[in-house]
Amino acid sequence: MALLEVEDLAVTFQRKGTAPVHAVDGVSFTVAEGQVVGLVGESGCGKSVTSLALMGLLAKRGVKVGGKALFDGNDLLTMPGSTLRDMRGSEMAMIFQDPLSSLNPVIPIGLQVTEVLKRHRGMKGEPAEKEAADLLDRVGIPDPRRRLKEYPHQLSGGMRQRALIAMAVACRPRLLIADEPTTALDVTIQAQILELLKELVAQQGTALIMITHDLGVVAGLCDEINVMYAGRVVEGAARRPLFASPTHPYSVGLLGSIPRLDAPRGEKLKPIPGSVRDNIAWADGCAFAPRCAHRTDECLDGPPALVQTYTGHAYRCVNPVTGDEVEAVTAAATLPAPSIVDATTDSDGEA
Amino acid sequence: MSAKTDRIDRLAELTARKDEGGHGLWYEAFRRLRRNPLAMTGAVIILLFVLIAILAPWLAPHDPAAQTWLGEIRGAEGFIPGPRSGNWLGVDGLGRDELSRLIIGSRQSLLVGVVATLLGFTAGAILGGLSGAFLGMFGKAGRWVDSILMRFNDMALAVPSLLLAISVATILGQGLVTVMIAVGVTQIPVFARLLRGSMLAQSHSDYVLASTALGVRKRRIVLNHILPNSMSPVLVQATLSLATAIIEAAGLSFLGLGGANAANPEWGVMLADSQQYLATNLRLAVYPAVAIIITALGFTLLGEAMREALDPKLRK
Ligand SMILES: Nc1ncnc2c1ncn2[C@@H]1O[C@H](COP(=O)(O)OP(=O)(O)OP(=O)(O)O)[C@@H](O)[C@H]1O
Ligand SMILES: [Mg+2]
Repeated sequence: MALLEVEDLAVTFQRKGTAPVHAVDGVSFTVAEGQVVGLVGESGCGKSVTSLALMGLLAKRGVKVGGKALFDGNDLLTMPGSTLRDMRGSEMAMIFQDPLSSLNPVIPIGLQVTEVLKRHRGMKGEPAEKEAADLLDRVGIPDPRRRLKEYPHQLSGGMRQRALIAMAVACRPRLLIADEPTTALDVTIQAQILELLKELVAQQGTALIMITHDLGVVAGLCDEINVMYAGRVVEGAARRPLFASPTHPYSVGLLGSIPRLDAPRGEKLKPIPGSVRDNIAWADGCAFAPRCAHRTDECLDGPPALVQTYTGHAYRCVNPVTGDEVEAVTAAATLPAPSIVDATTDSDGEA
Repeated sequence: MSAKTDRIDRLAELTARKDEGGHGLWYEAFRRLRRNPLAMTGAVIILLFVLIAILAPWLAPHDPAAQTWLGEIRGAEGFIPGPRSGNWLGVDGLGRDELSRLIIGSRQSLLVGVVATLLGFTAGAILGGLSGAFLGMFGKAGRWVDSILMRFNDMALAVPSLLLAISVATILGQGLVTVMIAVGVTQIPVFARLLRGSMLAQSHSDYVLASTALGVRKRRIVLNHILPNSMSPVLVQATLSLATAIIEAAGLSFLGLGGANAANPEWGVMLADSQQYLATNLRLAVYPAVAIIITALGFTLLGEAMREALDPKLRK
């Protein structure tokens, strides 16, 4: 049995006087012990909401959560609040996008790390200090004893994210959710942070849900990839099959232009023509249909069912893209790899 | 609700912004303050005022209570000696040196302002802090307690502050302590609403979410994380509140509710005393009025500049 089994997860935001927002609309995926699972998709497709729902961090009021999320067989969504609080930080932890705002600005880093040790491992005083320093050391922060006394604004962006990672892995959680952990960082730092995450999860056998826009991360880190669109997983497969033969037109669009596994870090998923505003409701057909070049009339005959192939591929599409077509699309769209020089002149130009 | 509560709520949200966190925020704000001539003017006025108040006994050229020049006053003609060598601002209607009285009077204003603000700050922070803590810690029951506390608070806010101060003064009788309490009490609801709003805004911040995701308990999050981060707007308010307190204290003294006596002159009382000479010796009213206005202006300038420095929407 997988460590985490998400089944038909649905999150609806309902505020008085406004139409309900189906931010997550029937998401299913599994994460095995030690596996890295990617969640990719355009902004607003429900990646963060999915992770917050799993962690039980959505507001109680005005939010309806449905479906199941079995962690070790226990449903995270119906678990008593106190059990969930005990599990957060010890069994499962989360890393957020913006390391600066995720740290308390008026408290030294050390206190924020020992707080977790005290909460879950009952450590305090010197042993807690020592463990905190060891943790910072393990995530590659030099001179950890001194850093423990410093405030978040005294650390660089990369160090802050390292400190947050240290807190997240302090109690060796079995599941780690990283919500775009490198988006707010410099490109050079991004690679280091990813390397660190990769090492840590490999060492500790932690399962990782990696939420990202970054094609390099998907290609370099994820064992399984779930492509989300408008609150649903539209395609899920292991890394190689997904890159080799993306089936859903949306995945083809996302991944098509760079069909290599060694895509450079920092490369963003290609935007698809049109915008999410063009979406139709899933009840009326495929939400992606209005933006889809591969659309047929059947696409508007209600929500497409999930098709499972013998290769372990799963997709939601009535007119999937075949292997030959992918070749054509990717060949046409292959671009010269952006060189480091280009990247620097670009950023100089902006400055 | 009203312009007053809107202002308080806006201030409460300031430091919960995501683009600049905590220390960086204050550092930035301070830098902007230093470049703002109005803020610096306010700071200089405050500094001078505080120095004068502290050093008053040494600065005052004469005994403020001694009616040394009483003999020179010719009541029938309405003549009171004006500015001259030795009495740089002239003397008052009872033959006392006006400048010395103004200088000594600054102590009363500073004392009342600081004590009243401290009182309003402390009581308001406790009330608002409790409200915010209940809201953050105890779910539905907490929200209930919070809304009861805040309904009362909003009623108190709606009462004009001078009216409230006069009512308090009527109950407690007249005296310096009365003025302090009266002025302080009117500040309580402002601080309460501000701190509670500030805590509420902070509770939506990323670091609270991140701590929650690490399993940190609500009580700890409220006390160790939210509360310390909610204090900056309260400090801004304290600066602004000093201006209000000085004006209100003068107002109450003017109405005869203060505890000033001959030896302890007070600007509000001096203003009241000057009334009978308004027609002939306007300057006796002008001096204390200008002193009150300039001092209050100093605190207002600095306080508003601090608010502005923290608020991106007010920045140019
Ligand atoms: N508290 C909320 N109230 C109402 N709608 C919300 C709320 N939080 C999120 N949403 C909506 O849910 C949808 C999914 O948001 P989510 O933050 O999960 O997107 P995302 O995939 O993480 O995007 P990004 O890549 O930009 O982080 C969005 O359309 C958003 O507007
Ligand atoms: Mg997101």
